[in-house]
Formats: sequence, structure tokens, C-alpha cells
Amino acid sequence: MSVLVGTETRLCVSGITGSEGSFHTLNNRAYGTNVVSGVTPGKGGQDVEGIPVFNTFHAAVEESGANTAMVFVPPPFAADSILEAADAGIETIIAITEGIPAHDELRVYTQIKRMPGVRLIGPNCPGVLSPGKANVGIIPASFFKEGNVGVMSRSGTLTYQIGNELAQKGFGNSSIVGLGGDPIPGTSFVDVLEMFENDDQTELIVMSGEIGGDAEEVAAEYIAEHVTKPVVGYIAGFTAPPGKTMGHAGAIVSGSKGTAAAKAEALEAKGVRVGRTPTQVAEIAIEILGG
Amino acid sequence: MDLLEYQGKQLFARHEIPVPSGIPARTVDEAVAAAEKIGYPCVVKAQVKIGGRGKAGGVKVAANAEEAGEYADAILGMDIKGFTVHELWIEEASEIEAEYYAAIVFDRSARSALVMLSTQGGMDIEQVSEETPEAIATLHVDPLLGFQPFEARRLAFEAGIDADLIRPIGEFLTKLYDTFIAEEAMLVEVNPVIITPERKVRALDSKVTLDENALFRHKENAELRDPSDEDPQEQMARDRGLTYVKLDGDIGILGNGAGLVMSTLDVVAQYGGSPANFLDAGGGSKADAITSAVEVICSNEKVKAVLFNIFGGITRCDEVANGLIEAFAQAKPTVPFVVRLDGTNDVVGRKILADANLPGVYTASTMNEAAEKVVALAKGETP
Repeated sequence: MSVLVGTETRLCVSGITGSEGSFHTLNNRAYGTNVVSGVTPGKGGQDVEGIPVFNTFHAAVEESGANTAMVFVPPPFAADSILEAADAGIETIIAITEGIPAHDELRVYTQIKRMPGVRLIGPNCPGVLSPGKANVGIIPASFFKEGNVGVMSRSGTLTYQIGNELAQKGFGNSSIVGLGGDPIPGTSFVDVLEMFENDDQTELIVMSGEIGGDAEEVAAEYIAEHVTKPVVGYIAGFTAPPGKTMGHAGAIVSGSKGTAAAKAEALEAKGVRVGRTPTQVAEIAIEILGG
Repeated sequence: MDLLEYQGKQLFARHEIPVPSGIPARTVDEAVAAAEKIGYPCVVKAQVKIGGRGKAGGVKVAANAEEAGEYADAILGMDIKGFTVHELWIEEASEIEAEYYAAIVFDRSARSALVMLSTQGGMDIEQVSEETPEAIATLHVDPLLGFQPFEARRLAFEAGIDADLIRPIGEFLTKLYDTFIAEEAMLVEVNPVIITPERKVRALDSKVTLDENALFRHKENAELRDPSDEDPQEQMARDRGLTYVKLDGDIGILGNGAGLVMSTLDVVAQYGGSPANFLDAGGGSKADAITSAVEVICSNEKVKAVLFNIFGGITRCDEVANGLIEAFAQAKPTVPFVVRLDGTNDVVGRKILADANLPGVYTASTMNEAAEKVVALAKGETP
């Protein structure tokens, strides 16, 4: 199978007429993703290289049968666009936009959690790639091939780095899920662990975390209780000084909680092996799966 | 973005939270004029974005103009835990019967705002939280419902507030929550909330952190940014749209994407090196961004060698290579560089670099190799 995006995906892109939005939409389509429509208020009736544009998500769902949304609109409008997609009945919403105000994210997160069947990935994430099936977002697909390793990460380029190390050792991926670097991600490690555990294509799970928050600690508990497949961890930010934000709003350490060392310890205490470099992650993966 | 105490109080006043009146001052003359206007006794308070000002001697009560001038002179320029005092807040003295603590925090783990109330105000709240956690009443607010009157009452009762103050404290918390929401704060903290002999509730201090991502719709707050309290390199980077954090070491680091850069710092440290900075050139990493990045990194005199770690996704390695050539032409760096280009158009990028034959530039094909080389170069060895 794969998780979140695949052959069933019918994608509608919010912000499709913008330069970034159209560029990545067309890249996604060229990869084989079924892009059925786009939304830009006021530009309904136009098209982007043959992809019909609608004024509202409701119209896009009704007329193009979209079930997945990719949100590319600027931060002031992104929360509204996510809520519109959810209200229109979209099941999977992948928000790429970086810089959404925290209070907007909090309201959106809370509302989406109250809508059964709706899932938000991101915001501030590179998207989801299921090699050989579909790519929704900005992950450079050419580095990845189909395989049995599921990857989930809070950082975009670090995902590519780890994915590439795995690929060089001959591994492919079921799905690569970018969770995003913001304080309130719509989907957490635990959610994706559950998906990978239930996905028959995935045989090993790589989890790439970073400093800040407690998502990795919570995931460690969940893995011990519910995950039977092997998990390999990585944590970025061992050398980050306390109290400094390292680019991601999520990547801030305050006090002793949320440090890379504490996270690695929490994972190792539950039997999860943690690579100290991206290369080591790949080496551990080989040991587990047999190279 | 952190606010100074008086800026936070001005924010509070906009939302009808009672605060003592006061006037900001940047010189001794301004401070004396402010004191004369406010009357005596008045309080001369250092304005720095760090706690423990009182203990450091940054808060003094003046009984007359002479004292106000004397204290202003002593406090201006004072160093408090590494922060220099550039500004004072001259405030009317308050009569204090009791000191409480109130705060609202954006609790990312619980995905809601956390409201806290305690009668143990005026002291280090972290110590209270460690020694007597039951002395702090806490409650998470439903983000879509907002803070309800019953929640304010419950907190007040649980914190053990006197019966006559349940309602006024409830109103105080409600206004604090309104401020938190309306100004899009990540933290509003009042320590202490004071009770006057007339049983009035007032905010005697303020600690406010605003969400930088929301400043576009709070123009008034955006203007409160103070460039003087930023590190010069950090300021230079901000002006050029780069994310830069200064560190203590001697190896300059540039990469694309926050996670990859953090990982690069770690790998350099594992090879025995000490990073001088975190610099994320961002998703696009166009040529001018690279030039700016090189200038920012090399303006730090401690830097002995630089590591460029690029994994191209949206970023194209050929653009990075061209950017680096341009940066060398403009910034003329004198320290050696190790460049690792991988990802989109990496082969072309590496060829461009090889053809340019830049002085002191070494290439590497993996992150580990790059880290090893740059650590050697920083020690003055040839890799």
C-alpha cells in the first residue's frame, strides 16, 4: 500500500495559480499524481496547464471529486484555506505554507480534531511522497524509489538526507511523511506510527525528530505499547544551546525538557535504536533488514 | 518576540488590565523629569528582558528628585546577567498587601492555552512549581470556546484566593486571556499581581512574548522590535532574510533547511569541531542569498573555516555553486571552505566549482567527509 497519498489520491491545490503553487503542482502531476483541480478565489473557470481552477473548495470537491488538498497560499490566508478544505469534505489536507501564526494553527488543529475522518499534515512541511504512486508537496522525488522503509520527519531537507543515505544502501520507501517544523503539527509521529504499523508495504520505520516539544518522548511510549515493526530513530540538535530557536518554530529548547539527549534517551529506553548521524541511521537499518 | 516590562504594561493597559502609571526614560534627565511628574515615592526600574532585576540592584525606590537621579545614573548602563540596561521605567510606588502570580502560556504539548494562578507571587515561580506544585492552580482552555467565567472562578477557588477577591481576580484573568488572544501572545505572565490595601488588583510586572509570525497583523507591536539588543551578525542576517544563530565555536556553518543545519552542527561536533553559528539559507538558496550568507558568516572574526552543506531539493546545486563563486568575488573570504553538494543538479554544481578553482575551497561528497575536513582545516591542518 503506502500511507496518506497513493493511487487513490485525487488532488486539489489551493494557491495553484501562484508561482510556487503552479510549479510544484505541475511537478507532482509529472510524477504521476492525479491532480484533479485547483482553488483560487476569483479565478474559477480558468485552468493551469489543463487543470481546472475553482473559486471554492466546495465547487472543486463537487465537480472534480477531489479527496486530498495541498495548501500553498501565503500565511495570512492559510488557516482559512485549510478550514475551507475540511468544511468541503476533503479527507487529507497537506499544508506546505511556512509561517502561519501560532494562534491560527491552534484553532485549526482543534477544529480538525473534531471532524472525524479529516487529517491535516503540516503546516510548514514538505508534503508526502509514496514512491511510484504519488507525490504531494515539494519532496524531490527522483532520489527515492519504491520499497519497504517508511520515513517520517519534522524537517524537510533532513528527510532528503536520510532518505538518500537509505537509497545509497539500496533501500526504497513505502512513504515519506513530512510532519512539519511548527509548534502545532496537525499530525504527529504517533499518528503516522499507527499508519505504518498497519501498512503491509512498510517493514521498517525511520523516525527523524529534532529538539523542542515532546513528540519524540510520546512516540517512544507509543512504540513500546503498540508498534511491532522495528523503528530506527534520529534526533537533530544535540549541539543546540538552550533557549535559542533554530529556524523551526518548533525547534526551541527551554530548560532541560525537549533536548536531543533527553529524546534519544527516551527512545533508547524503549528499545528504539537511535543513529547519531544520518549515515548511522542507514547502517542500523541495514543491520535490521539485512543489507 | 519578547517585550520589555513597560511595553507589556502598555499592552495590558490597552486591554483594561489595571497597571500602575509610569513613564519610560533613556537618560538621567528624562528619568528625573518623569519622577517629578509621577511624584514620590516612585520606583526606578531597569528595563531588560531577563528576570532577577531586583536582586541585581536594578529596581530602586526613590523618595525625591535627587535619589531618582542617583538611581537612574547607577542603573542605566548596568549589566544584568549579560543584558545592558538602555532604558528605565519610572513608576508610581504601589502599596502591597498581597502578591499573587498569574500567567497564560501557549502550551504546545497540550495544544491549548494554559492558565496558571497562585497566591505565591513575588518569588521565583519555578521554585514554587518544584517545591509546592499544589500551590499553583492550572487549567487548559478550549481554543474554540475561549476562557469561561466558571473557569476563572474555579482557578481562583483552587488557588485559595480570599472570598472577596474571587470576582476581581476572575476579571483580571479574563482580561489577561483577552490580551493573550487579541495580541497573539505566546506568553503573558504577571509576577506579582498585587492586592492593594483597598483590595484592588493590579499588574506590578509584565512578561510578554509575542508570536513573530503574527506581527504582520499587529503593526503597533511589530514596531517594538529593538535592534540594539540583537547580536550584530544576527541583525545583519535578519536584514538579509536569513535565519542565523550565533554560537561559540570557530567553524562557520551554512546549510539549507533547519533540520539539516542542526544535523550538520551535530556531525561537526562529533568530529571534534565547534560550530560558530547556525545558518539556514532557506528553501530557494539563490545566488544572492549565498553571497549574503558568506558575508554574515565571515563577519564573525572567530571563524577559522566554513562548511557548506547543501542537499538540494527545491534548492539547485548549480545555483549554489554559482552563488558561491559570486560570493568569493564580492566578499573575498580569507578562511578555507569545505563544500558538500548533493541532490538536485549536484553533478553540474560540482563541475562549476571545480572549473572555478576557487582558492581554499575543498569539496566533499558526504556530510561526514565534509565535517572531518572542516574540523582539520579549523585546526590549521591540511585535510
